[in-house]
Amino acid sequence: MNLRDIQRILKAEVLCGEQWLSREVKTGFGCDLMSEMLAFAGSHTLLITSLTNEHVIHTAEIMDAVGVVYVSGKQPAKEIIEKANHNNIPLLSTPFLMFECCGLLFTSGLKGCKRGNP
Amino acid sequence: MNHLNEEAESKPQLKLEFEIKERDFSVAGEAASKVKKTLQQLGLMPEAVRNIAIIIYEAVMNVVIHATHGQLKVIIIPEQVTVLTEDEGIGISNVELAMKEGYSTAPLEIREMGFGAGMGLPNIKQCSHKLNVKSQVGVGTVLEAIVYLSSKDRKS
Ligand SMILES: Nc1ncnc2c1ncn2[C@@H]1O[C@H](COP(=O)(O)OP(=O)(O)OP(=O)(O)O)[C@@H](O)[C@H]1O
Ligand SMILES: [Mg+2]
Repeated sequence: MNLRDIQRILKAEVLCGEQWLSREVKTGFGCDLMSEMLAFAGSHTLLITSLTNEHVIHTAEIMDAVGVVYVSGKQPAKEIIEKANHNNIPLLSTPFLMFECCGLLFTSGLKGCKRGNP
Repeated sequence: MNHLNEEAESKPQLKLEFEIKERDFSVAGEAASKVKKTLQQLGLMPEAVRNIAIIIYEAVMNVVIHATHGQLKVIIIPEQVTVLTEDEGIGISNVELAMKEGYSTAPLEIREMGFGAGMGLPNIKQCSHKLNVKSQVGVGTVLEAIVYLSSKDRKS
């Protein structure tokens, strides 16, 4: 599965990083807590969150996330989108709420993260 | 509260220092990002780079959230990377308890920013080979985390 598939499944708007949508996504992680995200950091993980602050972008960069999906149609401020773009992190915004968003991706075959075995 | 890794201090090294100012919520991400880029340029493998970036982010965020102000030092020698934070603040009365997953004293407004899972110190432990936390209540905290680098961690 790549980010293009994610975008289609979630009917998502691409906020930045159109050019990176061919990136492969292996696992998904839905959470609004930075340290939780970092605890499960592995490669090729898609972050799903409802938090739109700059910390999410820092966290995504540190954990080498493939991209970030904002649920409930949330959109971060312009400076945050610019920061993500600068750090090669694609941002998507889906109208689905957290539970449905994760459910849709899971039933489409995206796996969850496992502790210590990313 | 002075603590130096003597071994690391006496060898040829690269030292990066950052001032952690009161309520500066951006410094953790900026420092982690800067060190990450430096380590990538030095040819370190992604996993080692990620672990070190996570340690820096969590340790500096803890200073900003729980202490008043402090300093971050990252000392890089071929065999290891040492991450050292020293802060002035309330300190930790029970370090063992603070290390427990889920333990957090973060207030509500901090939780709303996405912190306070009580996973920061456990993450640091997970990402480092050696971790030393020394704290004095009402004075401050010194955290030293070491990541050893094997030849596998270095591309070149
Ligand atoms: N530098 C520090 N000064 C004072 N207290 C600290 C410091 N670092 C950690 N603590 C204490 O230890 C607790 C646990 O820290 P830890 O980093 O594991 O979790 P947290 O910071 O509360 O939440 P998270 O890191 O998941 O966002 C903190 O809630 C705080 O009480
Ligand atoms: Mg913390």
